[in-house]
Amino acid sequence: MSKILIGRYVPGNSLVYKMDPRGKLLVTILFIFIIFLANNWVTYAIITIFSFLAVAATKLKAKVFWDGVKPLIWLILFTSVLQLFFTTGGQIYWNWIIFTISSYGITNAIYIFIRFTLIILISTVMTVTTMPLEIADAMEWILTPLKYVKVPIDKIALVMSIALRFVPTLFDETLKIMNAQRSRGADFNNGGLIKRAKAITPLLVPLFINSLETAVDLSTAMESRGYRDGANRTRYRILKWSKYDLYELAYFIILVLLLLVFRTK
Amino acid sequence: MSIKFEKVSYTYFPGSPLEKKGLDNVSFKIKEGQFIAIIGHTGSGKSTLMQHFNALLKPSKGRIEIAGQTILPTTSNKNLKELRKHVSLVFQFPEAQLFENTVLDDIAFGPKNFGYSEQKAKEKAWTWLTRVGLPKSVANRSPFDLSGGQMRQVAIAGVMAYEPDILCLDEPAAGLDPRARKQMMGLFSKYQQEGHTVILVTHNMDDVANYANDVLVMESGKLIKHARPAEVFKDRSWLKEHYIEEPKASLFASKLTNFTFSNTPLTIKELVKGIENNLKE
Repeated sequence: MSKILIGRYVPGNSLVYKMDPRGKLLVTILFIFIIFLANNWVTYAIITIFSFLAVAATKLKAKVFWDGVKPLIWLILFTSVLQLFFTTGGQIYWNWIIFTISSYGITNAIYIFIRFTLIILISTVMTVTTMPLEIADAMEWILTPLKYVKVPIDKIALVMSIALRFVPTLFDETLKIMNAQRSRGADFNNGGLIKRAKAITPLLVPLFINSLETAVDLSTAMESRGYRDGANRTRYRILKWSKYDLYELAYFIILVLLLLVFRTK
Repeated sequence: MSIKFEKVSYTYFPGSPLEKKGLDNVSFKIKEGQFIAIIGHTGSGKSTLMQHFNALLKPSKGRIEIAGQTILPTTSNKNLKELRKHVSLVFQFPEAQLFENTVLDDIAFGPKNFGYSEQKAKEKAWTWLTRVGLPKSVANRSPFDLSGGQMRQVAIAGVMAYEPDILCLDEPAAGLDPRARKQMMGLFSKYQQEGHTVILVTHNMDDVANYANDVLVMESGKLIKHARPAEVFKDRSWLKEHYIEEPKASLFASKLTNFTFSNTPLTIKELVKGIENNLKE
């Protein structure tokens, strides 16, 4: 059962999987900024095409991405609808008390919809093709400059990796204890709020005890292998910059240039 | 009554890239009241199979008849309590499921859930506390103060206390010392002789030889053999082919090349008898 999906990672081996997590993380963050460069139909069309090509490059089923967008679809629609009714300007088609549908409103609503959806799609591309631990490594790398202002990046990174590493373990453990208590007649699904809250004690107590035991075991194991705080150490997962990352960077630069050329000044 | 599996398949994460078959078209029929062993390698589907007995997992395809109930892929998650009262599971390292303040309360948790009165549940808890071999003095202590072996005993008492007709155990003796192991296996054997069904998932072939009267052999989600222990351990080349160990007694007998055994001995008793017969001649 330890092969459970951690975060949203989906195994695969297309081009996007071969890219360095640092590059993917950086490009994803920058993407959120450069999407604001788009301000007319042409630039929105360009960024949409570029995004969908990136999605296609993962060679994953469309469902994976739909699952990424789905939880936020109502938020996106709500924001778009707000834009639609409350933006004034341009030609006005309909007006009722404070609600207005105008040509500006329509275009703005569509822009916001596209912007939101693309940001989610691109971050999904990153999260489904990069393992959480790789993302943690990438974040550590990005935060490295903070070392010079005495931020304990090593420790933060260690805490982050350990937390991520134990998500599936905890998940397995929860499932196991739930099943064991269900076998003993515990009922987690029926009854009112108070009954359900009570029913969770037989789950939480063992879970806490197990987690504490695991934590103690882990620290013993680390110390017995010579782990010392603040020592310089080599890495197990070495991140490498490859030609695929150059493609990615080139792709991104072309996108930025196109946006700069075609945007309304 | 009997336990019947009809073409049962189970798929983990259907439709995702991690899709995996846990059970593949498994069919068998076993009589209740027996001591049944399920053997096979890690990942062969033993635990998946076990979780089907009380509908913790429901088949993706096929049907199961157990304890007078039928489990189908469409069976609802509600109202499974009645089934779980009759068919109970003890998972690997069951000491992880303890949570109450006292040992006695923990053992009484199951009986209370299944509708025993407070009074009756406590009574049952006392009975099973002693039956699993715990001293009475631990009853009011916290289960977390006990040794690992004793915690295991408390957990097992907690399941046996409501006396399920069918008791399924996943490696209950893993990590116990030989004496505790023997004591625990004796407990299950006695429980079976009192008219209950015991289903044991194990890697220990001596336990299979000593206690089981029916064996299911699993391999990559398929049931590859269903027979009596003598039948399963008879074919040495088949065992080798499927990387299944022999019981110690039969292994020992096979090394005694100048002795002849009419039947391959499976238990120490049979081995001793066989050697005696050879020495007489």
